[in-house]
Amino acid sequence: MESVGSIILYVIVALAMVTFSVLAVTTRKILRAATYLLFTLFAAAALYFMLGYEFLGAVQIAVYAGGIVVLFVFSILLTSKPGDNSEKLASKSKTLGLVAALAMFCTAGYAMVARFMNFVTLPEHADPDMNLIGETLMGTAQGQYLLPFEAISVLLLACIIGGVVIARKH
Amino acid sequence: MNITLIYWLIPSLIMFCCGVYGFITRKNMIAMLISLELMLNAVDINFVLFNRYLFPGQMEGMFFTLFAIAIAAAETALAIAIIINIFRSIKTVDVQGIDKMKF
Repeated sequence: MESVGSIILYVIVALAMVTFSVLAVTTRKILRAATYLLFTLFAAAALYFMLGYEFLGAVQIAVYAGGIVVLFVFSILLTSKPGDNSEKLASKSKTLGLVAALAMFCTAGYAMVARFMNFVTLPEHADPDMNLIGETLMGTAQGQYLLPFEAISVLLLACIIGGVVIARKH
Repeated sequence: MNITLIYWLIPSLIMFCCGVYGFITRKNMIAMLISLELMLNAVDINFVLFNRYLFPGQMEGMFFTLFAIAIAAAETALAIAIIINIFRSIKTVDVQGIDKMKF
């Protein structure tokens, strides 16, 4: 049995997630789409905090809300005038998109409801503390993640070089 | 009322479907990228949820999400560099206008 406060919190976060993601793909002003995306990402971060993954929630806010959305806003301001509406959707592509999304929703929703309908409440468990996360990220033993961590750093280096090469004036 | 797994899976599924809809219908490349971020984020949420609800003692889902966030950031930065470069050379970011490399 969940407390009333956590149910209210659940309703707020889930509603924010759904509404803002619908708005992000239906609004015709692209800068607004970026803003709605930001709110969706905040809702996801709130979910991570509610589940007890504080580190992950902090990373979500720092990287997504602090980094990616700012990149989006800058590139939108560089490539289009603020206040521009995107043109009205052709009904053909709209139908195609709706059909694809609804088919996806029905299939995956049916599978999820059939499998997860009436079990799995939140198990009691101590949240992973920072010490454990650091050791798992930096360890070389089984089930620890030093190699992927290094691979990510090489990937980020490649990304930096690629970004500089692509965006450089010729 | 207990908040079970399905109560979180459905909002994340709706988020993913919004991403699919936006990716198909949008013409602006940045808007398509925003839809892509929605889809990636929905998948991240699912990883964390399954980790927390089904395997509470382990951290695989959480670390997969961490690495997915890092890769998504790298990918977005590169994609935006490419989009700005395209805008610089042909003055549009609509996918309709980009047909120079079509064979």
